[in-house]
Amino acid sequence: MPLASYQTSVPVVVDDAKCIADKGCTVCVDVCPLDVLRISDMTNKAYMAYDECWYCMPCEADCPTGAVTVNIPYLLR
Amino acid sequence: MSLDQIVDGLSEVSCDVLVIGGGTAGPMAALKAKLKNPKANVVLLEKANVKRSGAISMGMDGLNNAVIPGYATPEQYTKEITIANDGIVDQKAVYKYAQNCYSIIEELDSFGIRFLKNENGDYAVKKVHHIGTYVLPMPNGETVKKALYRQLRRARILISNRYMATRLLKSADGRIAGAISVNTRTAEMLVIKAKAVILCMGAAGRLGLPTSGYMFGTYENAANSGDGYSMAYHAGAALANLECYQINPLIKDYNGPACAYVAGPFGAFTANNEGSRFIECDYWSGQMMLEFYNELLSGKGPVFLQLKHLHPDTISEIESTLHKVERPTRGLFQQGRGVDYRSESIEMHISEIGFCSGHSASGVFVDDNARTTVPGLYAAGDMASVPHNYMLGAFTNGSVAGVDAMEFADNHDFAEFDAADVARERDRVMAPTKREDGIPPNQIEYKTRRLVNDYLQPPKVTRKYELGMRRLAEAREDMEERMIARNAHELLRALEVQSIMDCADMAVHASLYREESRWGLYHWRTDFPEKDNENWFCHTLLSKRDGKMSSEKRAVEPYVVPIADDEKDLYDKQRIRATA
Repeated sequence: MPLASYQTSVPVVVDDAKCIADKGCTVCVDVCPLDVLRISDMTNKAYMAYDECWYCMPCEADCPTGAVTVNIPYLLR
Repeated sequence: MSLDQIVDGLSEVSCDVLVIGGGTAGPMAALKAKLKNPKANVVLLEKANVKRSGAISMGMDGLNNAVIPGYATPEQYTKEITIANDGIVDQKAVYKYAQNCYSIIEELDSFGIRFLKNENGDYAVKKVHHIGTYVLPMPNGETVKKALYRQLRRARILISNRYMATRLLKSADGRIAGAISVNTRTAEMLVIKAKAVILCMGAAGRLGLPTSGYMFGTYENAANSGDGYSMAYHAGAALANLECYQINPLIKDYNGPACAYVAGPFGAFTANNEGSRFIECDYWSGQMMLEFYNELLSGKGPVFLQLKHLHPDTISEIESTLHKVERPTRGLFQQGRGVDYRSESIEMHISEIGFCSGHSASGVFVDDNARTTVPGLYAAGDMASVPHNYMLGAFTNGSVAGVDAMEFADNHDFAEFDAADVARERDRVMAPTKREDGIPPNQIEYKTRRLVNDYLQPPKVTRKYELGMRRLAEAREDMEERMIARNAHELLRALEVQSIMDCADMAVHASLYREESRWGLYHWRTDFPEKDNENWFCHTLLSKRDGKMSSEKRAVEPYVVPIADDEKDLYDKQRIRATA
């Protein structure tokens, strides 16, 4: 069966200007219980790669530069 | 090479005690095992990262079951938990917990975790339960994980993050031999030989589907997909009372606690649409959930947690806990909806179903030493059968498990397992990555959990359960024959769906076996609406026999703390009666 890609607006937003993943930081990727954050190959910044969020906050709380914002996922907002 | 790309690999390590799950019970079990024998190797395996994993990822707002001298006695607590669970309790484990938990509180205090004290320096314990006083707020509850992690580093526990355990290994004579795991970012497999294994893998929190439709919007940490129940089952361990579901009163849509345990002691209460109280007590029991359910259906709903009658300063104090600890996005959620607790009540709803002994009475069967029915295999925390564990129960019983497992490891050598078992498991795990075409795990998970809601959510109707069983079998066939995983992350989800499916099957089987109603809403069978103490005042144990699910009765152990006849039904009287 062919697969389609599915559009979703993701709850975790990263401010590229503040994110220091390009300097080797992986804190948000490391702490996420659902393992949904990744570092982009293109921008070298963190982003939410999988919309599987428990809106629990470690990524935002532990980010050393305050670059990460957790929003409530749209479906339950 | 980028993360998530599948790597074909298999390696093997060994340790004395393997602890699987680094949330609450696991770190304490690992710590106690290591302290018991500092020369031994203790490995703590975690699917996520121990720093932020499990139910207490962002800390906890308080202890819900603290038995503190001067406020409560172990006898009183044991009695309350027995009554709250309709009498189906092996008291020995509960009593042992009640005796030990105070020393664990003192130990947590020594780790730097603070508990609320009054002006005299005594613990400021609050009343939430029906009978006794056991709730102790934690003003710096957000520090729990950090404090634990420090202890683990200090004790030199070997931590392996991002490994998901999938199956246990046993010797021909039935003793535990280790576990098989998969790296969640590379799909490389790791076999861990161990003399004793402790399962601390949390609740089955991704069983039902939240009404929001968002699969990860669960009450439990969504990483808790019931892997421990599934592993214990396939290893032949017995699972107790799985028909006693966990169903919670939660903030509607947000699906987290509101939380009556925090706000109740300040004067908040659960109210119907008329602003009236309808339940005697906000402590989570199946009987209370039944009244909650009845109120929602009676036309007197919605149901709310009401705070607006409180002084604004009190509300600010409650907010400072609710919006900082455990589920800090509660504040963001209410803000987004324009709800201010000072003027508006919090709309509540009933959660989807799950398994969790943290709040109910089901789980992998353990005795008062946290031993399962498989020699060398232990379980603690939300997945083990000691009822109403909460966080302090996970710590206390994790501690018991750690000590006993190390004693077992000290007295046994490694058990031999069959290499063919590893090969078979490797084939099973990797199967979704070998298919070119098929159904992705998220669709199979959504369908499975939607079926759980449609057919398994109480009230339990035999005919619905029979239909549900058929639909789930079809979904299982798709899962086993057609599921695909295109990268390591998708494989993680594909493995989790298999745990969810096993838990759904166990929920059906256990519920159909117990032919009575018990535990309020948790096991309300319309075809057997009455409590039947004559035939069903017993545990039910589910296990795998000759490859098939099988259930049997197990007598309740004689009580340590006697319950008088006029006390037995105290939790049945949850509805507030109209008085003249």
